[in-house]
Amino acid sequence: MFSADTLQKFAREVAKYPAEQKQSAVMACLAHAQEEKGWLPPEAIEAVADYLGMPPIAAYEVASFYNMYDLKPVGKYKITVCTNLPCALSGGYHAGEYLQQKLGVGYGETTADGKFTLKEGECMGACGDAPVFIVNNRSMCSHMHPEQIDKLLEECK
Amino acid sequence: MAMLGAINPVLMAGLNGDDSWRLKDYVARGGYEQLKRILQTGMTQEDVIGEVKKSVLRGRGGAGFPTGLKWSFMPRSFPGDKYVVCNTDEGEPGTFKDRDIMRYNPHAVIEGMIIAGFAMGANRGYNYVHGEIWEIYKRFEEALDEARAAGLLGQNILGTQFGFELFAHHGYGAYICGEETALLESIEGKKGQPRFKPPFPASFGLYGRPTTINNTETFASIPFILKMGGEEFLNLGKPNNGGTKLFSVSGHVNRPGNYEIPLGTPFSTLLEMCGGMRGGRKLKAVIPGGSSAPVMPADVIMDCTMDYDSISKGGSMLGSGAVIVMDETVCMVKALERLSFFYHEESCGQCTPCREGTAWMYKVVHRIENGQGKPEDLDLLNSVLGNIAGRTICALGDAAAFPVQSFLKHFGSEFEYHIEHKTCLVPKDVQWAGSGFHKIPA
Repeated sequence: MFSADTLQKFAREVAKYPAEQKQSAVMACLAHAQEEKGWLPPEAIEAVADYLGMPPIAAYEVASFYNMYDLKPVGKYKITVCTNLPCALSGGYHAGEYLQQKLGVGYGETTADGKFTLKEGECMGACGDAPVFIVNNRSMCSHMHPEQIDKLLEECK
Repeated sequence: MAMLGAINPVLMAGLNGDDSWRLKDYVARGGYEQLKRILQTGMTQEDVIGEVKKSVLRGRGGAGFPTGLKWSFMPRSFPGDKYVVCNTDEGEPGTFKDRDIMRYNPHAVIEGMIIAGFAMGANRGYNYVHGEIWEIYKRFEEALDEARAAGLLGQNILGTQFGFELFAHHGYGAYICGEETALLESIEGKKGQPRFKPPFPASFGLYGRPTTINNTETFASIPFILKMGGEEFLNLGKPNNGGTKLFSVSGHVNRPGNYEIPLGTPFSTLLEMCGGMRGGRKLKAVIPGGSSAPVMPADVIMDCTMDYDSISKGGSMLGSGAVIVMDETVCMVKALERLSFFYHEESCGQCTPCREGTAWMYKVVHRIENGQGKPEDLDLLNSVLGNIAGRTICALGDAAAFPVQSFLKHFGSEFEYHIEHKTCLVPKDVQWAGSGFHKIPA
């Protein structure tokens, strides 16, 4: 199910917790699984549960509780826009609208070519740098005004 | 740059250059000297806790509870595993200080946690990092590796009998995990749903073991308190409000960012440090402590100093020190609509008053904002929020209710205007100008 590299990452996470508390690594393992698969199909969640010796339903509860796990396929680039109040005061809403215009999709949608998924997010803890996006859960983009947004979209090959 | 401005900085002093976060740089700034002093000069657990008590350091995550007192609740001679947990799940809208502490000075957090472990007899720690700041999480893991390699973590630290293990655990998008018992559930690999208290974490915490949870900024302050002495740290601020604090300023100021200033500094001084109001516009309102803190009208906050007691006297909370500044271009109905959506979205669903009540609050504010409000809606909102506050397991319910209550109290006339005229007092194009977003090319 998972590559040797991903399995090695799983082992590293498990080692952080007491031997009888393997389940503690479920969040990190699900994140690594999603990184490899692009999203979390049920088989991947079950395989993580199996690896950690926990019931599949318990792993599914975690995967469905936390917003950054994708239980459905997403585009190659998932762009999450913070529109919470501090960001909105400095252009968060407008940056989201601009992205929707450029991509021709709304929040929660994926472009027809499967390249971009757009999501509306909650506070990312970077309000001083608004407007703020996160690409693929990993890369934080600050001060996203039209010119920076254009540049970001060009860089997403 | 670590800080856009500061007065007598402590935590963020001397942080220049890209490598300020590295062990080598931290040591050059005097880092880990306090840990060495404690372990090598025979300081006792009581000595350390006493110094923290003297400093009147109050929890920097939001509640403002005295740290020294919290530490003294730990049953430190209780046999078996005990835990120290750092809360870097910084998701309170408006707050972005812990991200910069972790980005520029992570070893201060690590040293603070090791010292806390020593003082409370804990042998293991976790730092729970907001999943959205992935690069910072990775950097913290690197800093941990550096500390491990230097013998500052693990067994027999600095050749003594004292051992302490520390690991990073990341969140993955759940505001509720900033609540300390939800955070513990999350580390245990479960949904982040808060636990009923009591029992408190000091007696039943992570894996059911004695545990103390503090905020990132709280831990990062510890080495500096021990270095300068509790009394000097206290004197940096004002009585009952010890030390300096980081304030995250967002919204309608010219230079949003983090500022480290002594507690007790006038709000007007902080506003000046931020370059004043964007476009020279007029200040309308400020949320002084993260989105859960009651909003304050301009004239009230302008008379306050930035410390726990003054802001509390002014009718709000210093909270996490997240100062959200709003000018006259803000529609208060729209502002509250967004906050209400947030609490509705982030309610963990465990307690009915919060799960259902936050949905109703959003629904009602949303219809007022969209010209479908009814005259009885304001009473309805007050009734709903009254049925949430104080009736839930954790403070998210109160946190969701306070903004609604305070917006209605101070800006009720804007809500009435919306209901009566089916439109906003602040024209849409004016709201656009306030955001500072560069115009969309036609």
